[in-house]
Amino acid sequence: MEYTLVFSPLLGAIMSGFFGRYIGDRNSEIITSLLVSISALLSLIIFKEVVLYNYENNLVIFNWISSGTLNVNWSIKVDAVSSVMLVVVCLISSLVHIYSIGYMSHDPHKTRFMAFLSLFTFAMLILVTSDNFLQLFFGWEGVGLCSYFLIGFWFKKESANAAAIKAFLVNRVGDLAFALGIFLIFYLFGTVNYDEVFKQIPSVANADVTPFLNRKLVYLGVNFKAIDLICILLFIGAMGKSAQFLLHTWLPDAMEGPTPVSALIHAATMVTAGVFLIVRCSPIFEYSQLVLNIICLVGITTAFFAATVALVQNDIKKIIAYSTCSQLGYMFFAAGVGAYNAAMFHLFTHAFFKALLFLGSGSVIHSFKEEQDIRNMGGVWKKLPYTWILMIIGTLALTGFPFLSGYYSKDAIIEFAYMRGNSFGYWAALIGIFTALLTAIYSWRLIFKTFHGSYENKNLKLESIHESSYVMIIPLIVLGIGSIFAGFLFKELFIGANIDSDFWQNSIKFLNPLSTDHPPLSIVYSTPILVVLSIPISYYLFVKNRKITNWLANENKPIYNFLINKWYFDELYDYLFVKPSKQLGNFFWKNIDLKTIDRFGPDGISNFITKLSNNAVKFQSGYIYKYAYIMLLGFSALLTYLIII
Amino acid sequence: MDFPILSSLILLPTVGALFILLSKSSEKYNFKSSKYVALFVSFVNFFISIYLWYIFDPNSTSFQFVENRFWLQGFVNYKVGIDGISILFIILSTFIAPLCIISVNRTIKVRLKDFLIAILVMESLMIGVFCSLDLVIFYLFFEGGLIPMFLIIGIWGGSRRVYSAFKFFLFTLLGSVLMLVAIISIYWITGTTDVTELYNLGIEAKYQNLLWLAFFSSFAVKTPMWPVHTWLPDAHVEAPTAGSVLLAAILLKMAGYGFIRFSIGLFPIASENFTFLIYILSLVAIVYTSFVALMQDDMKKLIAYSSVAHMGYVTLGIFTINQQGLEGSIMQMISHGLVSAALFFCVGIVYDRRHSRLINDYGGIVTIMPKYAVLFMVFTLAAIGLPGTSGFIGEFLILMGAFKESFLIATIASLGIVLGAAYMLWLYKRVVFGKLINTDLFKMPDLNKSEIFILTSLALPALFFGLYPEPLLNTIETSITNLIDTYKYTINVTK
Repeated sequence: MEYTLVFSPLLGAIMSGFFGRYIGDRNSEIITSLLVSISALLSLIIFKEVVLYNYENNLVIFNWISSGTLNVNWSIKVDAVSSVMLVVVCLISSLVHIYSIGYMSHDPHKTRFMAFLSLFTFAMLILVTSDNFLQLFFGWEGVGLCSYFLIGFWFKKESANAAAIKAFLVNRVGDLAFALGIFLIFYLFGTVNYDEVFKQIPSVANADVTPFLNRKLVYLGVNFKAIDLICILLFIGAMGKSAQFLLHTWLPDAMEGPTPVSALIHAATMVTAGVFLIVRCSPIFEYSQLVLNIICLVGITTAFFAATVALVQNDIKKIIAYSTCSQLGYMFFAAGVGAYNAAMFHLFTHAFFKALLFLGSGSVIHSFKEEQDIRNMGGVWKKLPYTWILMIIGTLALTGFPFLSGYYSKDAIIEFAYMRGNSFGYWAALIGIFTALLTAIYSWRLIFKTFHGSYENKNLKLESIHESSYVMIIPLIVLGIGSIFAGFLFKELFIGANIDSDFWQNSIKFLNPLSTDHPPLSIVYSTPILVVLSIPISYYLFVKNRKITNWLANENKPIYNFLINKWYFDELYDYLFVKPSKQLGNFFWKNIDLKTIDRFGPDGISNFITKLSNNAVKFQSGYIYKYAYIMLLGFSALLTYLIII
Repeated sequence: MDFPILSSLILLPTVGALFILLSKSSEKYNFKSSKYVALFVSFVNFFISIYLWYIFDPNSTSFQFVENRFWLQGFVNYKVGIDGISILFIILSTFIAPLCIISVNRTIKVRLKDFLIAILVMESLMIGVFCSLDLVIFYLFFEGGLIPMFLIIGIWGGSRRVYSAFKFFLFTLLGSVLMLVAIISIYWITGTTDVTELYNLGIEAKYQNLLWLAFFSSFAVKTPMWPVHTWLPDAHVEAPTAGSVLLAAILLKMAGYGFIRFSIGLFPIASENFTFLIYILSLVAIVYTSFVALMQDDMKKLIAYSSVAHMGYVTLGIFTINQQGLEGSIMQMISHGLVSAALFFCVGIVYDRRHSRLINDYGGIVTIMPKYAVLFMVFTLAAIGLPGTSGFIGEFLILMGAFKESFLIATIASLGIVLGAAYMLWLYKRVVFGKLINTDLFKMPDLNKSEIFILTSLALPALFFGLYPEPLLNTIETSITNLIDTYKYTINVTK
């Protein structure tokens, strides 16, 4: 069963990628969708087994690398954490596959697109079912690669190519740290297998790595505890993949890819791999309070930062992208306060409503003939009734409207943070609540500007706008159902009060059991109240009286510019990294290679010899008296030398 | 004595070359026939080497298939033999050579016969390098390889071929002279040049440093290590495609092989002393040349510089002298042999069609050459070291090995994985993606059958060994363990 689950997307990718030309567009679409749907079905079965019978399995496919003491297998590991990921990945992926049949109907490269989608799914499955760090890294880079291909899918667009490379490189920075983390784990534990590493963790938890690092690192003045160093390296890897603050710049640009890609990769699955990594490694992270605090800090900063930027963006997909960034921040924030189960829960619910929002916005973009600027939309809710309703469901779920899925998971995070009981936790909870308000405002801004108000598009007639085909709407409906019920149904399972006992088993480790109390009512109720209130406020601001927002923007020009330019991160990185790299490259090449090494090396020697021989030629003038003169000089020099010595 | 399989491997290409030399030279007729002869010979050689791998015993610590013949009145013996390390390089050589011969159709327009002779002689010499067990024999093969390469660049090269050929010659010869001196002194010190005997005898510690440096000067140039790398980009740029391929895939590996077999094997104490020097030079090679590669506007130069960076990993891995580092270096060399060969073929393919190596002359060719785009992408990814390709196994093991020695060095070295991705993807994007604007490109045909054959036969092992490197790792494991044990033993004894 596990084999079929993992390998059927690969089969689909191969069929569509290599034989797509022979079996035709429509057949490749059907085959890939069918195969991924089979995986989705199997993943649900496995999930059921895990829920009901605590099913666990660890299959070894074959030996991958064995070099000295390093021994790595290709494996499939199924436990609670990976079964949740399996459901998310396979389910969303199959829906996106089906949706793409409609969305990409005008594209000439359908087979290639389907092949990459399936390949991505396969890489993601390899990632989540790994039983060791190296296979995880394989999947990690594999999903990054597929993301690179899919962002740059429209290869004629310069901006898409640039975005693809940017995504790959920023991810690689994270991967570098991740790789170093793996090296350190191997160095300390002599293995990269999860179980074997986790078993040894308590014994080295307080060990110093200094004896080993002393020689090299002492001048940096940093003295790490082994456990902290491992955790921080792994976390930087996770930051890259999950687009956290400082390494987030690639995610908004990644929206250059087709919208189904954004839904699958840049909302529901790949970007959550970082969260998955932290949760998977909870037996390590639990021992490093320092790094958990850093995670919490980075998470909350990301959540807040991305939400502020999302407030002013005008590209429908970029708003959702920043929203994703912000929600990922929440997940890290949850993991940072030790509520790994809440992080997984939010990951789970987020996958539904964010995929829904992306696919919904794709439907809007499709209807508007590739228009993405919300200033050029508006007033079309009657024209796109299904999309409109479903987008609203998604928005309600995202903002945490009571009893929809986001409500349960987001509130849980804020509550757990508050219950951590220190001032750090209080502050984090406070920012979390404030960010929830921002989330509500930018989400409703998107809805109101897209669907309500007056029709603003000058290129298209209102009459030509029409609802998308059923093949696109049906996946949306499934996601809509998920967005409504996923929270309510799975609340007990994921974050129920008796968490120590049942569902998660050994897949998540809690060093100190989470508090089961509830925070004061003021905290519990503040988020839902703010969220509900934000709807009429937003309606007033973005539909009824737009002057206020314009006035606000004009009055606070510097702040507005700061936000619309995304806190100037792109410019900063360009100035700090891109330009110096190019200058350095030119300097090394032109000044050192050519002007120093070559000039004094081979060219210098050959010039020197030419000069020398030119001079030597002058001796052979053919005049006897010159030769005699030189002989005399030489003779007297020799004589002098002999006499003196 | 058993059938001299190694000698036949060495001699067979030369026999083929003689055959071509002696054949009648009416141009049209023998254009094809000499190519067939060369192909036949090189393929037979390839299958012999595969058979050799099959009958090779990976668990034995001693050299196998040893042949020892009396030569030069016993002063020097012709002695050849292989262990797990050499056999992989022999197979790499016999594998790359036929591909080069297949590729000559389009690239070589004049004096094809001579070109084939040069390639076959080259093949003989390269195989000789990897199985010689006597220093003098090794030196002969090692330096002999210079001559055909010099001719390949000098005769069939581009417009600045003479400059490049001489630069190549000047650099490599300079190092080699010192190695010759060192070999002679080893003879005076120990009375033998037989490698296995020298392994047993050991060389007195006081001589090791100087001897090591002499060997180093030769190997460093051939690797090439910073700062004696500047001949490589020039040589690549001017060399015809097949020449570049041989140069990158095999010639550069002779130095890496030399480091393992001689520097570490013969001078363990000196190797220990100079480890830090190698680390520094390797790090400079990795970081510095990656930056330089980033700014190149000539495709061949870019790949040449990337070769320097990749070889930086190799030297770093070798001198970690631990299991992961050494095995990683060998994996990296094999992988680089496949991948850089393929990348030079890729450049050659578009060069044949458009007669330009400048990146800016291309763009958007994915629409007219989709098959090319796919295969080029595979090799780009393998060069980046993406998991699932052979490049990953090598790089990862090397870094893992380096990490054991020093955290800082591994960290700096791993910057290469970001920079490598930057210059390769940027190259790929500018050549393959984007809009097809340049009208000269419209008529470029996609790959023909022989080109597809060449590239897929390089792509398959690059992917296969990425997913399942065990056949390679198994083959080298015993030899590497043995090498490390001997090394550690010697170090401990002297301490």
